[in-house]
Amino acid sequence: MEKSDKKIRTPLFHIAKREAMPWYFGVIVRAVAVVAALIVAGVLVAVLTGKNPIQVYATMFDGVFGHSDRIWNMGQKVAILLGISLAVTPAFKMKFWNCGAEGQVIIGGLATICVMVFLGGKIPTPLLLVIMLVASVLAGVIWAVIPAVFKALFNTNETLFTLMMNYVAIHLVAYFLKLVAKDGSGVLSPLPQYGLPVIADKAFLLNILIVAAVTVAIYIYLKSSKQGYEISVVGESENTAKYIGINVKKVIIRTLVVSGAICGLMGLLIVGGTDHTINTAVVGGRGFTAIMVSWLAKFNPLVMVLTSFLIVFLEVGSDQLNTMFGISSSIADILTGIILFFIIGCEFFLRYKIVPNKNRKENA
Amino acid sequence: MSPIVSFIVSAIGLGMTLLYGSTGETLTEKSGHLNLGIPGVMCVGAACGCFAESVYFAAVGIKGTIPVLAVLIPMLATILGGALCGLIFSFLTVTLRANQNVTGLALTTFGVGVSEYIIAQADVVGPFVRGNKYFKASLPFADDLGWFGEIFLSHGILIYLSIAVALAVTFFLNRTRVGLNLRAVGENPATADAAGINVSLYRYLATCIGCGIAGLGGLTFIMDYLNGTWEYMIDDLGWLAVALVIFTVWKPNLGIIGSFIFGALYVASSFFAKYGISLSDQELFKMLPYLVTIIVLIITSARSRKKNQPPAALGLPYFREER
Repeated sequence: MEKSDKKIRTPLFHIAKREAMPWYFGVIVRAVAVVAALIVAGVLVAVLTGKNPIQVYATMFDGVFGHSDRIWNMGQKVAILLGISLAVTPAFKMKFWNCGAEGQVIIGGLATICVMVFLGGKIPTPLLLVIMLVASVLAGVIWAVIPAVFKALFNTNETLFTLMMNYVAIHLVAYFLKLVAKDGSGVLSPLPQYGLPVIADKAFLLNILIVAAVTVAIYIYLKSSKQGYEISVVGESENTAKYIGINVKKVIIRTLVVSGAICGLMGLLIVGGTDHTINTAVVGGRGFTAIMVSWLAKFNPLVMVLTSFLIVFLEVGSDQLNTMFGISSSIADILTGIILFFIIGCEFFLRYKIVPNKNRKENA
Repeated sequence: MSPIVSFIVSAIGLGMTLLYGSTGETLTEKSGHLNLGIPGVMCVGAACGCFAESVYFAAVGIKGTIPVLAVLIPMLATILGGALCGLIFSFLTVTLRANQNVTGLALTTFGVGVSEYIIAQADVVGPFVRGNKYFKASLPFADDLGWFGEIFLSHGILIYLSIAVALAVTFFLNRTRVGLNLRAVGENPATADAAGINVSLYRYLATCIGCGIAGLGGLTFIMDYLNGTWEYMIDDLGWLAVALVIFTVWKPNLGIIGSFIFGALYVASSFFAKYGISLSDQELFKMLPYLVTIIVLIITSARSRKKNQPPAALGLPYFREER
């Protein structure tokens, strides 16, 4: 045996699973990852544009917090992204890869605008608002439940199914726009008179309050309700769930009803609350960004407030860079990508440890 | 050119753009990697190729251009750019065992940003249109053969290459030992590992090569289909390419027909515009590729025939000590 041992090349280290770590360990590792990512991103921006990285971040900070209007704008963007992230979270916790939030939100928005265009002015406003709410939520639910039913029945791949549903929804919106905008321009002028009510003269306040309520509700739903518990069990192990008598198919469909309903509600908030019109880019990829927001927060709704703020900060900050320095606003996507890569990568160090091989010298 | 012929030619042009994407993604998925970064990869590939083209023209000037190099340099840059994206993806998913869905989506965001940034730096107008001339160079006698020549012989090099690549990948997957190993990795990595196959290496290579191929799709779209005008819609096509993988039930040779059908469905809307189809109905036409994909997805899963299933380990990470 000794002879053959000499020929075996022992690697420098091996990888082993970590024991459960105290909670602050996760916080530290993630914080280090974010800081490292910000440094790398700052250096990259400096190299690409020749600007001082500190000046770059200061400009971004000013773009986000520099004025009360900017803070409201930021709050609105965080609220919408957070809302969509909350919507995908129950499905994700169940390991149902809902990549269709984009479509579920836009179809909710489409339902809202349909009600606004076809019923606006013909019925009393309170009734109009109720119909808008019901229609948008229902539309979101339908869009989410179709893939869920097929997943439950035939185990159809939900990632791909929901992705395709996005484009069906987007083209439906394009169809609607061509139909309604008679001049063929495909642009619908805003209808603020039929929008959601404005409270305390702050255009975004209602949206922010609604999302805050949804955040708390989802937190309680996932953490303390029986249904939330069932979602975790199905997510951890479908076989265990079956064994203890959980009806997995029912849980899948029920969870996607919740997911779709919140997506539809976000469609209402975007179209009815702020834009008062619709276009095919109204969700603008936030359905996909939401997946990452939710993942980064490890499906914890309260942490998601932070992660969605991080993404919005980069986006709004980059717009500011664009106006101030003329730096291409595509830099936002690059920075977001880098930060996501770092945070995704740091998960590894939470779950595994690298152990140096002790007996290496003896073999060498 | 009669309208029917020009419709077919344009369907082939767009279809073969998608074919690169779906061939690359099929190769990747056969290793068990669901790379949702393909749209981003195609953007980066296109941007790298176009950027290299403008750099090359700037370096040698108009007289010094060698046609072969004017085609090869962008292609090489595209493949490298795509493969680099693949490397990021596989480093995160294989070495750091990150979740493939999330990594892929992050890669798409990153790739779209990178491509926009690169294109913002390049001289877009002159070189791209000039480059198109070399990419579109076709057989001299193609025009003399009527509709036959238009449909089969009038295309640029990238179109024929896409078909060759699709056939080569099919042969590789079905007829070679390495291809068999790769499929084993995608079906059951633990068994493959036990049989002495290096799972990580296979996944790395399949992803990087797949991304390189997919990148060529972006280049084809800009340099061939759009005749050298840059447009920010490659990522939409990328999702269509991902759909095509399902539509063709993970077979690149079927992909040749499938991509033509997708291309035809996609360009049908503008083609039928001449025949009194309203603007709004055109939008419904554009929905068809996605609807067809959904139907195929449902049928394949409902019939659950073994031959037409996705690789069993698709989307799952593999760690030897974790079973």
